[in-house]
Amino acid sequence: MTGRPHMVEPGIRIEGLSKRYGEGSAAVDALKNVNMVVAPGEVVGLIGPSGSGKSTLLKCLGAVIEPTAGRMVLGGETIYDNGWRIPDLRALRRDRIGFVFQAPYLIPFLDVTDNVALLPMLAGRPNAEARARALELLNALDVGHRAHAQPSELSGGEQQRVSIARALANRPPVILADEPTAPLDSERALAVVRILNQMAVQHQTAIIVVTHDEKIIPTFKRIYHIRDGRTVEEAGQGLSV
Amino acid sequence: MISLAGRDILHSWGKFVLTGVGLGLLIGVTLTMAGVYRGMVDDARMLLNNSRADLWVVQQDTQGPYAEASGIRDDVVRTILGLPGVARAANVTYLTMQVRSEAADVRAMVVGFEIGQPGFPGAPGYLVAGRHITRSHYEAVADVKTGFALGQRIRIRRHDYTVVGLTQRMVSSGGDPMVFIPLKDAQEAQFLKDNDAILNDRARNAANPGLNRPGVPGLLEAIQASQASNHNVNAVLVQLRPGFEAEAVAEPIRRWKHLEAFTRAQMEEILVAKLIATSARQIAMFLVILAIVSAAIVAFIIYTMTLSKIREIAVLKLIGTRNRTIAGMILQQALGLGLIGFIVGKVAATFWAPIFPKYVLLEPGDAVRGLVAVVVICALASTLAIRAALKVDPAAAIGG
Repeated sequence: MTGRPHMVEPGIRIEGLSKRYGEGSAAVDALKNVNMVVAPGEVVGLIGPSGSGKSTLLKCLGAVIEPTAGRMVLGGETIYDNGWRIPDLRALRRDRIGFVFQAPYLIPFLDVTDNVALLPMLAGRPNAEARARALELLNALDVGHRAHAQPSELSGGEQQRVSIARALANRPPVILADEPTAPLDSERALAVVRILNQMAVQHQTAIIVVTHDEKIIPTFKRIYHIRDGRTVEEAGQGLSV
Repeated sequence: MISLAGRDILHSWGKFVLTGVGLGLLIGVTLTMAGVYRGMVDDARMLLNNSRADLWVVQQDTQGPYAEASGIRDDVVRTILGLPGVARAANVTYLTMQVRSEAADVRAMVVGFEIGQPGFPGAPGYLVAGRHITRSHYEAVADVKTGFALGQRIRIRRHDYTVVGLTQRMVSSGGDPMVFIPLKDAQEAQFLKDNDAILNDRARNAANPGLNRPGVPGLLEAIQASQASNHNVNAVLVQLRPGFEAEAVAEPIRRWKHLEAFTRAQMEEILVAKLIATSARQIAMFLVILAIVSAAIVAFIIYTMTLSKIREIAVLKLIGTRNRTIAGMILQQALGLGLIGFIVGKVAATFWAPIFPKYVLLEPGDAVRGLVAVVVICALASTLAIRAALKVDPAAAIGG
């Protein structure tokens, strides 16, 4: 951050974000001047056809690939600004971004508690404190009774709730969810969305949910359509779930 | 911070233990190979210790009696006894041969020694059963590894012998157990021709006009008698008086008696550095190959185990796990595998070493060196998997 203005802004703010793969005639513009704002406590949907740039946008936000131009602010901290990026991306991903994946991707050799407690432990928290935090989250997500189970012993819905607990473990200001309901039936998918909404409000977390899932698209109050690398914002129904 | 490697091992302990057992058997073979070499060296030293000699007097320009054939007259011992510094000297013969019994043939080193003088060089040291040889002919003392029993009749060349005593750890440098018999019997067994050959030689001599001269009575009989008797031994073993240097006694023997004399250090050099040198190199080659095979197995196992966790590693990297934590996890798993393998290998080698026909000496120092080698090999073998893990893109956990 040396030499950069430390602008305190809430949630997620993306301004003029572009990403180009390749060079010259082979260059592909995956993102073109994308703008997006997500307030703390808000859950927005990001939808679009395959190849539209959803995953590229998520990877830029997740600090695993570097944009070509634009500006990104997560949780009030500028992480990218036209060629400049925050130096420690690993710590950024650990402390300020929570990830929920299409499949839960729980670590198979850790029990449920340690899957959640791993992040605080990686951040240097004592094991006891990290496990207490994990149990608190697991109870809040109604999987506290499976705290000592192995991931393979859980149902798909339980696994996804554990992965949400893991995403929240370090109290990140931002959660990026990549098709979190894809493997679930309607009932469980809506339950996951309800949990994400609850967690967003409860922890004042800005959440972006990338989805193709027709069942849950109507539940978002705001939706970003992405097509050919450009985003268009529209209001959703925000149905109560 | 929890141990990711430990949790992974506990999670799939069955696979780990089975793999460790397989690796352990390989390590056990490696430790046994080292034990075989140590056993050969120890056998050579025991051979020298059990002979209770300070000097070995042998035929000139030979490195006998263990490394090369040596033949000297059996009256040389009297000349040696007259030298200053010599306390005791005794003739001895060595002959490696098949000793026959009713049960089976046994490969053994037959030692001919001068009986009736306990503690003399060349005689069997201590007995674990029975008694020493007291008769001048046809009694034997055998090492227990021959499998012979007290009172058993064994056949050496043309004569039967009764086993009257059993001794232990009396083996040749090649690991063959020893059978001790009286010197005269041994000389006959080693040098005397069979009856048919003697008859044939007598006929040839009689037909030779140079040897059977009508004007020289008794010449033919004298020649026949000299050919039918034998007065050679392989070596004279010498014990020195206290205060005399072996080299100082050896020097006049070499200079004036036209014989070769080896000190204990020189004989050990011949046995260890020359006689078993080829075997040692052979074993060293096996050790190198086994080390390479072990490294390849550990590398392959750890690499495939890492590849099976690529998605988890991508997630770990995405959520902020340090590269060194992931590398540490893989390294610890490789070392854990090596440790399991070493323990299994050490236990296996300890159990199967006594079953080997030749002496296998498992030294604690070799075990420590083996452990260090296993640790180094496992650490090196894990680098391939670590390299693959560090190349995993955390972006692989997101999207398509």
